[in-house]
Amino acid sequence: MSGARLEIDGLGKTFRGLRAVHDVSFAVPAGAIHALIGPNGAGKTTIFNMIAGVHAPSAGTVRLDGRRISGLRPDRVCDAGVGRTFQIVRPFKGLSVLENVAVGALHRRPRLADARAAALDILIRLDLADRCDQLAESLTLPDRKKLEVARALATEPRLLLLDEVMAGLRPTEVDVMVGFLRELNAATGLTILLIEHVMRAVMALAAEVVVVSYGEKIAQGTPAEITRNQAVLDVYLGEEEVA
Amino acid sequence: MSGIPSRLLWLLGALLAFLLVAPALLGKYGLSVLILVLYFAYVGQAWNIMMGFAGQLSLGHALYAGLGGYIAAGLFFHYGLGPWAGVFVAVAAASLAGAIVGYLGFRFSLAGVYFALLTIAFGEFTRIAFDHWNWAGGSGGLFLKVDGTASLLNLRGGPVLFYYAILALAVGALVLSRILLESRLGRYWLAIREDAEAAQAVGVPVLRCKMIAVVISAALTSLAGVWNAFYYNNLFPETAFAMGRSIEITLAPIIGGLGTLFGPFVGAVVLTGLGEIFTDAGEYLGIPGIKQIFYGLALLVIVMYRPAGVWPWLAGRMGIK
Repeated sequence: MSGARLEIDGLGKTFRGLRAVHDVSFAVPAGAIHALIGPNGAGKTTIFNMIAGVHAPSAGTVRLDGRRISGLRPDRVCDAGVGRTFQIVRPFKGLSVLENVAVGALHRRPRLADARAAALDILIRLDLADRCDQLAESLTLPDRKKLEVARALATEPRLLLLDEVMAGLRPTEVDVMVGFLRELNAATGLTILLIEHVMRAVMALAAEVVVVSYGEKIAQGTPAEITRNQAVLDVYLGEEEVA
Repeated sequence: MSGIPSRLLWLLGALLAFLLVAPALLGKYGLSVLILVLYFAYVGQAWNIMMGFAGQLSLGHALYAGLGGYIAAGLFFHYGLGPWAGVFVAVAAASLAGAIVGYLGFRFSLAGVYFALLTIAFGEFTRIAFDHWNWAGGSGGLFLKVDGTASLLNLRGGPVLFYYAILALAVGALVLSRILLESRLGRYWLAIREDAEAAQAVGVPVLRCKMIAVVISAALTSLAGVWNAFYYNNLFPETAFAMGRSIEITLAPIIGGLGTLFGPFVGAVVLTGLGEIFTDAGEYLGIPGIKQIFYGLALLVIVMYRPAGVWPWLAGRMGIK
């Protein structure tokens, strides 16, 4: 697996007259890690949902390696090579940890035994292998976050969308997750776009940061540039300490 | 059959051996009880694929059994077409009915109880349609001739014939359920049952998988309908499409263990056993209606104390899981 280039052009979404996202454009080059940040309610998750096929955009397009994926169903978007995690984790609660990830792996491997083997491999890399047979509902929140990532990775995406996977993790756990993602990116060239409030992770991972506020893009640049950008400081970063 | 504990395999082997020779061991009454057990195990297994595996609640499965029975019986009655041929028409019709109900529900995102209401509605208006359909005998019913001649070709014969027929169906449905559950489709069903949106995000074609579940479930249920029609030799819209018939189908898997492979069979044993005991007790005591009261109470107790079903608990006690 290698990374795909994500291009978002003039993306907009209106919910019954309410403008959630307006004219957002940016690109993530193949193999890069970018972050999408902004205050709560800025439209970050709505942008993710349009990339992932949950919402059809009201305007604009999403392309993966030049192929238009906006307007496709979520499972088709997954076919095209996009894996995503949910901000509020959604494990298959009644299934074991291994079976959760195996469902994702089945997408590229029709045989259950192969899918389980691939799932186990990912769980080992995420340090969840000892929880294999536990029901997903019995996991702690940090482990559930890892499970989300494992399940998405099992579909062998070329673009990984991570929606606040660091939220609720302790600083040491954040560092472990950051290390894992960086290694994964280096080893496979997987393109990653992450929504994140934990600036420590954003600074450590992202080559570029896109900032949205009230549904519009207000800035884009390297983490260092973003932390000096007055508009960003006014609407978002000024509120909290920049690590 | 890898992955099944050897203790369970032995148990299943012994059970199957008993069931195969049961007609020689049991009297008329015993056999009729066993036939009931297998019938409920079979229709429960069929319903369990849709609800237990794919998580789609149908409270209108009498529709598929009724359609299957009426079509096979009607073709035999009017044109002399034997059930072995008629069954194909019956299965096709029930599958189509399932596909229509499923498509209307799933395509327009009717979930949970709203979908269940849709399944009830289809069962009910089919009942009313059959009430007024002369080809199917209308509300007066459709009767198959009982001339006492045994004929495997036309599925005419005594209880032993019908016993082996329903045994074959029950074993077949169990094996099919196991194969499905251990396949990609089966795992996709479980994922949909747990969280359809998350399933779709990892590439599960949700609508297609749900449609396959309802069609397989409807097709299997219609076979029970065909069997039923030729076993009892009569069909009435009031009973064939009754709401109560639909509820009856759901009970064995719920009591036995929803979504489990052996739940429907275990549930059918428990329910039929309790039913017979309370019937006898009622007759012995001479109190009419006592059967229903105790039967209801027993179900209540089981659902309260074993909400996951009898089978998961039993399997744990026997050290199988």
